[in-house]
Amino acid sequence: MDVPGLFNYWIVIVLMMTGFYVVISRGNLIKKIVGLNIFQTSVFILYISMGKIIGGTAPIVAPGVTVYSNPLPHVLILTAIVVGVATTALGLALIVRIKEAFGTVEESEILQQRDDDA
Amino acid sequence: MIAAHLPALQIVVPLLAAPLCLLLRRGALAWGLALVVSWATLAMSAMLLSQVLQDGVISYALGDWAAPWGIEYRVDSVNAFVLLIVAAVGAVILPYARRSVAHEIPAEQHSAFYTAFLLCLTGLLGVAITGDAFNLFVFLEISSLSSYVLIALGRDRRALTAAFQYLVMGTIGATFIVIGIGLLYMVTGTLNMADLALRLPPLGPNRTVLVAFAFLTVGASLKLALFPLHIWLPNAYTYAPSAVTGFLAATATKVAVYILLRFFFTVFGFSFYIGALTLQNLLIPLAVLAVLVCSTVAIFQDNIKRMLAYSSLAQIGYMILGIGMATPTGLTAGIVHLFNHAMMKGGLFLALGCVALRVGSVRLESMQGLGRTMPWTMFAFVLGGLSLIGVPLTAGFISKWYLVQAALEQDSWMLAILVLVGSLLSIIYVWRVVEVAYLRPAPPGAAAVREAPLSMLIPTWVLIGASIYFGIDTSLTVGVARQAAIMLMGGTP
Repeated sequence: MDVPGLFNYWIVIVLMMTGFYVVISRGNLIKKIVGLNIFQTSVFILYISMGKIIGGTAPIVAPGVTVYSNPLPHVLILTAIVVGVATTALGLALIVRIKEAFGTVEESEILQQRDDDA
Repeated sequence: MIAAHLPALQIVVPLLAAPLCLLLRRGALAWGLALVVSWATLAMSAMLLSQVLQDGVISYALGDWAAPWGIEYRVDSVNAFVLLIVAAVGAVILPYARRSVAHEIPAEQHSAFYTAFLLCLTGLLGVAITGDAFNLFVFLEISSLSSYVLIALGRDRRALTAAFQYLVMGTIGATFIVIGIGLLYMVTGTLNMADLALRLPPLGPNRTVLVAFAFLTVGASLKLALFPLHIWLPNAYTYAPSAVTGFLAATATKVAVYILLRFFFTVFGFSFYIGALTLQNLLIPLAVLAVLVCSTVAIFQDNIKRMLAYSSLAQIGYMILGIGMATPTGLTAGIVHLFNHAMMKGGLFLALGCVALRVGSVRLESMQGLGRTMPWTMFAFVLGGLSLIGVPLTAGFISKWYLVQAALEQDSWMLAILVLVGSLLSIIYVWRVVEVAYLRPAPPGAAAVREAPLSMLIPTWVLIGASIYFGIDTSLTVGVARQAAIMLMGGTP
């Protein structure tokens, strides 16, 4: 295994699994959103890493430079970051409303109250 | 002149109208605008479908940037059909929404509701029309984010937690799809679906492509609520406002099924789908479980909205079953059922919305005697239920007929029997409602219940009527679906 050469990708996997685990295991809704953010961040790094070309510079035309990094994945991930921000904002807004309605942001207590409603 | 720009207008018109709705502030004005826009999108999608059926595939370069560099909108018989379904359901539900929304959502949120509704419509249409893989993700998120908002607008406080649960699972699903798209870009350097389809086969067996395939399959399955990734759906459908449930049940999962179809057959190609992974061995068992487990769970639900939500999960199982068989007949059955189920389940949820308006509850016990007090609503429910069961002369029968035929073509008697068992299970859950509504008297002392207003009955009956009409005249549905199936499998129609 070429660990140093694929360092970025190892980080991607570690972050992805960390985020995923946090989403699944934590009962606190805020922590779930944090986990979701870590999960999404790992994908940002995946895209940014694949745009890098060894020996390439920033993709700005300059004399004497022939190898450029690929800017497209970076642009794509700007879009994905915006989507991620929107998701986080909406998730947090929902949590505020949930806190108002249930008086708690702990999943176990919410489930308890939900069962009482039913 | 304008006709050449139809693919772009299809998306741009509802997208621009959405913020206008918010600026109008008055709920009634926003509703009027949304109504006009939804009818315009329906007209455009009908024109697109007839163009495609006449002249073949339409390719539209957005902003005049040629594909594969620019974003391409590519309309063929598959997505023209999906566009028509989404636009038609949107156009039918908006007239209905006015009374239903006025009843279920506070007045100051009305303009926001129609904004979110139009954004959701835009996103779903965009997913269907685009020929660019990353663009598909962006539209998917537009539709998802707005549908979380729409679900959270439900009156019950549990709508909030349902929306949150859907947000977490939907985001994971969408992120899986981006990972898959990223891996495909890594090996091919392109995002255009048609271009991907050209560049993937020469790569041969490739670990990255397989991983991309896996991520895309799981991501799309989360979005379309394939058993066992369906946990978010029953709560979301149960607590969302009635009009929203009707809209999402008829469109959102269908568009997710379309994503699966598009990636399986167009991007990866039929031979990859059959060869590299024996995916049939995975999809068919899951579909079978979805039909059996979810139909059984539906029988035990006392909240009828939740019952129909579980029934939707079972119906999704039928669609995936058709796709999983990967024969022309199977694929035709899957695509036909996509349309038929949109009509009948949309109609059923709208009928329930009428009950919610007049009775205030959609629980089984509160539906006693409704067969007499709300005859039109309940008769619509019965017809929708018959279609769900698959009684001859209803659209549901056509889907099941092709599904059984596809199963018999492969000599898999078990699958044919499964389809029949699924129908038997649906008889039980539909009958429970019929029995309570028609055979039990209204409880003494209950408030007098009137028939639902015409503005809600007509849309309900349009969808239910469609689910009967397309059970008798199948030239449009089966014709288009067969053409789409043959095209997806790589033949020329």
